[in-house]
Amino acid sequence: MLNNFVMPDLYPAAPEIFLLLMSFLVLFVDLIFGATHRWMAAMLTVVTLLGCAALTLVTSDGQTTLTFSNMFVDDLLSDFLKLLTYFAVTMMLIYGRQYMADRGLDKGEFYLLVLYATLGMMVMISAANFLTMYLGLELMSLSLYGLVAIDRDNSRCTEAAMKYFVLGALASGLLLYGMSMIYGATGSLELGGVAQALYQGHSEKAVLVLGLVFLVAGVAFKLGLVPFHMWIPDVYHGAPTAVTMFIGSAPKLAAFAMALRLLVYGLFGLAVDWQKMLLIMAVLSIGLGNLAAIAQSNIKRMLAYSAISHMGYMVLGLMSGLVGGQVDPFTAVNAYSSALYYTVAYVLMSLGAFGMVILLSRAGYEAENLEDFKGLNKRSPWFAAVMLIIMFSMAGIPFFVGFFAKFAVLLAAIKAGYTAVAVIAVMFSLVGAFYYLRVVKLMYFDAPVDSAPITAGIDLRVLLSLNGAAVAAFGLFPDALMLVCTTTLMRSL
Amino acid sequence: MNSQLLSLAIWIPILGAVPVFAAGSERRCLVRWLALAVAVAGFLVTIPLYTRFDITQSGMQFVEQVPWITRFNVQYFLGVDGISMPFILLNSFITVMVVLAGWEVIEEKQAQYMGAFLVMSGLMNGIFSALDGVLFYVFFEASLIPMYIIIGVWGGPNRVYAALKFFLYTLLGSLLMLVALLWLFLESGGSFNILDWHQLPIGTKPQILIFIAFLVSFAVKVPMWPVHTWLPDAHVEAPTGGSVVLAAIALKLGAYGFVRFSLPIVPDASHYLAPMMITLSLIAVVYIGFVALVQTDMKKLIAYSSISHMGFVTLGFFIFNQIGVEGALIQMISHGFISAAMFLCVGVMYDRMHSRMIADYGGVVNTMPKFAALFVFFAMSNSGLPATSGFVGEFMVILGAIKTNFWLGFAAATTLILGAAYTLWMIKRVVFGAVGNDHVATLEDIGAREFLVLGLLAASVLAMGLYPFPFTEVMHASVDNLLKHVAVSKL
Repeated sequence: MLNNFVMPDLYPAAPEIFLLLMSFLVLFVDLIFGATHRWMAAMLTVVTLLGCAALTLVTSDGQTTLTFSNMFVDDLLSDFLKLLTYFAVTMMLIYGRQYMADRGLDKGEFYLLVLYATLGMMVMISAANFLTMYLGLELMSLSLYGLVAIDRDNSRCTEAAMKYFVLGALASGLLLYGMSMIYGATGSLELGGVAQALYQGHSEKAVLVLGLVFLVAGVAFKLGLVPFHMWIPDVYHGAPTAVTMFIGSAPKLAAFAMALRLLVYGLFGLAVDWQKMLLIMAVLSIGLGNLAAIAQSNIKRMLAYSAISHMGYMVLGLMSGLVGGQVDPFTAVNAYSSALYYTVAYVLMSLGAFGMVILLSRAGYEAENLEDFKGLNKRSPWFAAVMLIIMFSMAGIPFFVGFFAKFAVLLAAIKAGYTAVAVIAVMFSLVGAFYYLRVVKLMYFDAPVDSAPITAGIDLRVLLSLNGAAVAAFGLFPDALMLVCTTTLMRSL
Repeated sequence: MNSQLLSLAIWIPILGAVPVFAAGSERRCLVRWLALAVAVAGFLVTIPLYTRFDITQSGMQFVEQVPWITRFNVQYFLGVDGISMPFILLNSFITVMVVLAGWEVIEEKQAQYMGAFLVMSGLMNGIFSALDGVLFYVFFEASLIPMYIIIGVWGGPNRVYAALKFFLYTLLGSLLMLVALLWLFLESGGSFNILDWHQLPIGTKPQILIFIAFLVSFAVKVPMWPVHTWLPDAHVEAPTGGSVVLAAIALKLGAYGFVRFSLPIVPDASHYLAPMMITLSLIAVVYIGFVALVQTDMKKLIAYSSISHMGFVTLGFFIFNQIGVEGALIQMISHGFISAAMFLCVGVMYDRMHSRMIADYGGVVNTMPKFAALFVFFAMSNSGLPATSGFVGEFMVILGAIKTNFWLGFAAATTLILGAAYTLWMIKRVVFGAVGNDHVATLEDIGAREFLVLGLLAASVLAMGLYPFPFTEVMHASVDNLLKHVAVSKL
């Protein structure tokens, strides 16, 4: 038996292995010094993420390498998305440091769960096999359920965690079921194998499409697309804001990777079918997300519905890769890179928006109602301007990154012949502009109700300012990020 | 002729706004002088655009072309022809006036007020000089942000409603334009260059759809009847400076859009739908003229008068003859001066009385003679008195209209009566007669700063009315070229 064992090439998975080893160290350090030196675990977590980033950069050779018996892939796309994931997680840790400490939530578990969720995302991003994908997804999801419930004495948190868990488990079940169907039809668990089987065309179409429906439902749940969006508002609302920020940023990258790997790498042969499903969900998400966001008075709920609509816009790019049944690599790269660009832009904006919510909160006070933004311009013109930039960017007004993200996906959709869908999408972005403008209105036109000075630490202030500046800078000079997204996809597809 | 003048005209005000913001609202004196310095610098760099302009050339001048977003072949492509160049000067000039007008009046957050206007000015220069579809759109849309803030922060009691209405109305239009721009990009094989689009052959049905997408966008901005309702609200609630910029510059963006996009890109649809456009324009001229007659609020009256005058502009464009188009362009510039001056005059009275209602005034001439003289002068030019700039444009458009169809010209000419009626009736009730009430009796005449602002505008109006040749000569070649281009079918 042992003679058959071939030691897999561990080199491509070096960041994952490093993170896992470091997580043990964090566990030990927190066990020994946790009571007196909480900062050590936090510091070590950030160091771990930086180390992962360094390893990812070092091991990135631009080549597509498969390892662990073709279950794990390391390509440019995975490197890019992992780097963004480390970035988003690190930002969240710094934004949330004071916030979690004020509420006594910065326990050792917090850092460990964050690390394991990150590991799960990394595995998802690098998955080349249904099982790896599922493994990563579950590792991420279970850690996230725990994170949502981290404030365990708070009934709202536990309720949110429970909802998240039940619905998440259902979605995982759907996904797994879909995977088993596809496996049954194609005889392969590897994405490459599935693609090849589809290409040869011997598989039973009915079984494939049935499996596909379940698979798409699972993906849509993770992306938060209508009608699989129910968990988003409650979880966003219930979780501590730093955790909401976590859920609203990095997992979107992982979910995007999952969608891309499953649908494009594995099931491109069924693109005609899944594009239609995505089309319906995109339109519903854009419509319902934008309409429901208007009715919210809680900013976390508003941003939750806004997240739903943003993922809808992102999917406009994802569903436009195959035009008229003709496989054209150029069109495909264009469309998928626009979706990637949208995701990256959204993560940047989402981090900033939740960062603002954290900025206004302080010990014993959650600034999560829209009212709390009233008169911010009088309290702090600088941060009002940062929020203004983020809100206009989310609304898709130039010169901010959100506009170019919408621009790219709309162009992809029109190119694929979905002009009517594009018109619907822009009309709903008009609806969306209404509630983003309302935040600006509250900040600039109204008098403050809360005149307490902003007490956030210098790290949060600097980082948040940089975040706002980045949203503006990527809007003034959108070229670099767009080219990175395009090149990444071109060399990974 | 390669120069950076247009970039300077755009970025001096925008980057100059940064130190103004940074100076903070506490140091008011510094803020004002800084803002004035930036505005004046912004105006001075535009002067060479006129003096170094080659009037024999119909093409784009002062061209700057740098790749911006290589991924989508978007370029930072600037240039002006005889049609757009005057508006950059007008805009930069009006910005100086606005800074001066807000000198003492704005007490709250003056740094943000001045900064917002400077940013606005730069963005609008960008709109007039952009020759790349995306660049144009980006400037067009971004200019909504400062205006939204200006109306919402320094506006009247109903400012939130007005600001939101302004923003959403304009956004509605421009989003459809975005779809049209993306369609043109794909149709032209991957170019956002507006000049390439001018040469692009397009079929009948797409032409009409694109025309409608552009129409919604520009008609809201002009504004044309029946999508004009945001304008009276915005004007009434906006602070004086906001009204001035709205009336003098922002309204021109829509009309400019017709000349830069609709007419040359989809000429056949423009011809085909011209009767509809002419009808809408005439409704604006005549019907809105009557509406203006019954207004009790001075700002609202001038707002309706603006809509009516802009109806003349769209009328001039869609009768497709040289004198009509040139007249429309002259009308745009002239209206820029006159409406700015009218709103400033109302602002002068509002600062003293805190009322815009005609009924609250009467006999202002008795206490403010200098002001009354200027106000009456602007009112006369608003109603198209010969020897003022208001007359030139209207006369040319009417002439052009009569060339096309006598009754068309006849209908348009009613504005000379209507315009005179509503403007002069307002003047009679506000300026002349016995002193209306105690408040009017205690009014102080305008100071040196106000006199300077109104005097400069009066001089411009008079100069343009007496000798319009310097304005028509620069646009002649470009208009000629445009009409030749529009006359050729693209089908």
